[in-house]
Amino acid sequence: MEVPFWNKQVETLDRTSLQAIQLERLREMVAWALKTPLYGKRLTAAGIRGPEDVTDLHVLEQIGFTTKDDLRRSFPKGLLAVEMDEVVRVHSSSGTTGIPTVIYFTRDDLDRWTDLLARSITATGASSRDILQNMMTYGLFTGGLGLHYGAERVGMTVIPISGGNTKRQIQTMKDFQTTVLHVTPSYLLHIHSQLEAEGVRPGDLALKRAFIGAEPHSENTRRKIEDLLGIQAFNSYGLSELNGPGVAFECIHRKDMHVWEDAYLIEIIDPKTGQNVEDGQEGEVVLTNLIRRAMPILRYRTRDLAFLHPEPCACGRTHRRLSRILGRTDDMLIINGVNVFPSQIEERIMKVPEVATNYLIHVDKKGALDRLTVKVEIYPKLFLGEAAKLEALRARIREGLRSSIVISPNVELHEPGSLPVSEGKAKRVVDERPKD
Amino acid sequence: MAKQLTIFVENRAGRLKTITDNLRKSNIDIRAFTIQDRGDYGLLKLIVDKPDDAYLALANLGCACALKDILAISVPDQPGNFHRLTSALAEHNVNVIDAYGFVLQPHNTGVCCMEIDQPQLMKAQEIVAEAGFTILQDEELYSL
Repeated sequence: MEVPFWNKQVETLDRTSLQAIQLERLREMVAWALKTPLYGKRLTAAGIRGPEDVTDLHVLEQIGFTTKDDLRRSFPKGLLAVEMDEVVRVHSSSGTTGIPTVIYFTRDDLDRWTDLLARSITATGASSRDILQNMMTYGLFTGGLGLHYGAERVGMTVIPISGGNTKRQIQTMKDFQTTVLHVTPSYLLHIHSQLEAEGVRPGDLALKRAFIGAEPHSENTRRKIEDLLGIQAFNSYGLSELNGPGVAFECIHRKDMHVWEDAYLIEIIDPKTGQNVEDGQEGEVVLTNLIRRAMPILRYRTRDLAFLHPEPCACGRTHRRLSRILGRTDDMLIINGVNVFPSQIEERIMKVPEVATNYLIHVDKKGALDRLTVKVEIYPKLFLGEAAKLEALRARIREGLRSSIVISPNVELHEPGSLPVSEGKAKRVVDERPKD
Repeated sequence: MAKQLTIFVENRAGRLKTITDNLRKSNIDIRAFTIQDRGDYGLLKLIVDKPDDAYLALANLGCACALKDILAISVPDQPGNFHRLTSALAEHNVNVIDAYGFVLQPHNTGVCCMEIDQPQLMKAQEIVAEAGFTILQDEELYSL
């Protein structure tokens, strides 16, 4: 089997040379990071006053980790290392408590990110002959636009259809004979369930590959997708803090995702001690961005649990492979590819006087898609006995949640005292999605 | 004006029983009831002999309940009378949020309970009286 490469020289570089590139880029990143208040303080406190103090790849262990809280506290410009004039793109993700996090890119940053995506796409065997239907959401979310630019660089025909509207997705797949999809696994399964309803047989379509990501899924789910649609499905990994998609991607062997180590310094740590663990051992993924000057991020705790394969891949790439995401070290929920923190929901509910402080977040599956239900209790003192007011309340809560967490949940109204009490360690999240 | 007790009840087995059990313990006599179904919950609406006592009994229990002024209209139990009532309200553009009725003495007396939007409530009262109907005050209604 011929192995396709975008940049064979870099992708197959021996480990020593790869680490030399990492060190050179890390020095450069530290120089930029020193310009920001957060890292300026942390680096100098650790005795790192300039690139020359970065003597090896482990020197940053002295500055500890960067957390989502650090990013939130730095909102909006606390981690910006360049003048706004140089910034050409902003992406943002919703924060855990209503304050978003923001990511900046210079033109060169975008160029380097785009190249990683071109590399990722090529590694799957897709090429300029392919027609890509990009079903990830465009906008502030990095999933849509990020891959879009990489696909154009490869020379694919890109259909920037974004998410939703299943009828139109299916029609577009027929009309343009789409060969590659970029999609969340749950939405792809949902589309499959709708094909028959639309009178479409797999033979009417030209699908060959799907890039699946933005939500954790099992090997069984991948197999199911591949069997049902007769395609190959490639797992991908990325997060907006580290640019977005293209941090790691599967090659033609589909045996876990190559982390592009010339662009990202990856560590797997024991989440309790913060110490690095051996390759092959599960732990929390910690990443340093080596290619973004506008907003350096050093040793970011992703809260994702995974492991690195110690053995090389048959494709010949020397960049290590990251396992699929096995879990989280925090309570973040991923609902149809959208990251949702229970604290975001709580914060919204606490702002509504007509409901009590007890609530329950319920997640299950409706068909292939995730369904989020937020259960709240009526606050007796503000109950007026009118159905119209209750329905207006339900709509107001739903709209408030939608503006905070992007997705629109079902809102159920419950009797006072029927949900778990707010004190103590009440179980606020019930996730009934099958784990397969 | 007559008082209706409205209670928020989740739509699941056993919820009504909890409420009736507490009304029974407080020795409340239920004159009429209806349930407005809203899918995952319902609004139980009661006409009782001691509305304030019933409200306190349920509120102390933690129930979401409310006492509300409604029109309780005495309607002679003969063909066409309910139509006469709805016509009078329609003519003056009064909207009825919810209504239910019960017959007290067959072929003689019926009662129609109507929930009217607060801003239109006084006006509706006048219209109904002008159309020749008797509006039952709370004591009259509870001692039926």
